[in-house]
Amino acid sequence: MSKLRVATTSLAGCFGCHMSFLDIDERIIELLDHVEFNRSPLTDIKHCDPCDIGLIEGGLCNIDNVHVLKEFRASCKILIAVGACAINGGVPAMRNHHPLSECLAESYLNGIGVENPQIPDDVEVPLLLNKVHPVHEVVKIDYYLPGCPPPADAFMKVLGDLIEGREPLLPRTMLRYD
Amino acid sequence: MSQSILIDGIEVPFKSNQTIMDAALAANIYIPHLCHNPCIKPHGSCKLCTVEVNGHTTSSCTTKAEDGQKVINNSEKLNKARLTITQMLFIEGNHLCPTCEKTGNCTLQAVAYHLGMLDGHFPQFYPKREVDASHPSIMLDRDRCILCELCVRASREFDKKDVFAIAGRGDNAHLIVNSPSGKLRDSDIEQNDLAAHICPVGAILIKERGYEIPIGCRTFDLRSVTEIDLGDVKLSEKSSHHE
Ligand code: SF4
Ligand code: SF4
Ligand code: FES
Repeated sequence: MSKLRVATTSLAGCFGCHMSFLDIDERIIELLDHVEFNRSPLTDIKHCDPCDIGLIEGGLCNIDNVHVLKEFRASCKILIAVGACAINGGVPAMRNHHPLSECLAESYLNGIGVENPQIPDDVEVPLLLNKVHPVHEVVKIDYYLPGCPPPADAFMKVLGDLIEGREPLLPRTMLRYD
Repeated sequence: MSQSILIDGIEVPFKSNQTIMDAALAANIYIPHLCHNPCIKPHGSCKLCTVEVNGHTTSSCTTKAEDGQKVINNSEKLNKARLTITQMLFIEGNHLCPTCEKTGNCTLQAVAYHLGMLDGHFPQFYPKREVDASHPSIMLDRDRCILCELCVRASREFDKKDVFAIAGRGDNAHLIVNSPSGKLRDSDIEQNDLAAHICPVGAILIKERGYEIPIGCRTFDLRSVTEIDLGDVKLSEKSSHHE
């Protein structure tokens, strides 16, 4: 059987979901009998080839996040929103209570310990969105894997189900939002 | 003559004046609910406890049990509707569980687990709501308030104080505090009031207790909402027995 091609990315997340995924430890060797990684921080491949599964960590806080998400949707047959931030914005969405200009001023102009205050405007820096959004508000999502982060076993369960051609189903013990 | 109703085909006895919810809880049958608490008069606002009675949908916490009623509770259709209601409660507020002190002890979260909620489905409202940290020992974070009015009723019926009320309609509905400044600090609430403890979510919290019990070891981390809820009934039965 040919291997499933899996891409992963971290948008407005903290990489915690990726770290938790890597908590599968040596099971990754067994997993690699069934999947190969494509675009992912784990491989450093920069763009997606056509993939079977895309794992999206993090929500959308800037324009680059939106482009990456759209590339994933266009390239992956199955897209999974992984973790609290992808699903409802999570911790980054706490900035939605404040105008963007105030957030920037607090971080770059008035914050404690700021030297040479200036708001970054290099063209390389992606423009921030006014509000942080969960990924399902922009593209269709096929499955959700909640948790902050989801436990390693939950990653194994969902990928295992897909490898065996089943609809992913999280048992109650693996369903957590924190 | 003993009277009974049928809940999902199970014969459940009831005493006169009991609601379907009362009868179900006494018989150890779980009907999902958020605005109901056996210590307080029912209110019928969250609609999570919706059941079908002789083919019509109704809130089981406010509907009197009547001899021979056929009640459907645990059906796919009803649980789907309950899931949708729960998703709306999440997206209408700011429920970022990883940042919330109530996580693991929260009934809204536990009900969502019970119903298998994986996502909020609807676009997030991210409403802007006022936090009231003025009181020395009680914190009010309206971001998580689900307008169940348990605190309102507990303060009125139990504490005899009338500290809380809901003002505004629709999107604007919000919890207000009965004090000249509108702040908790200037209200009659005290730390031992039932109103300070009854909130099913993380909207009313006692200060300086944060993370006393680590995440992972909390009420619903260890047991499901079904077990906790039916266990509670047994406890209250026990205490009324001793009275
Ligand atoms: S109140 Fe409950 S559902 Fe809301 S954020 Fe806190 S733990 Fe989560
Ligand atoms: S503060 Fe808590 S108890 Fe009071 S209405 Fe809001 S959710 Fe209900
Ligand atoms: S529990 Fe009956 S309507 Fe809320």
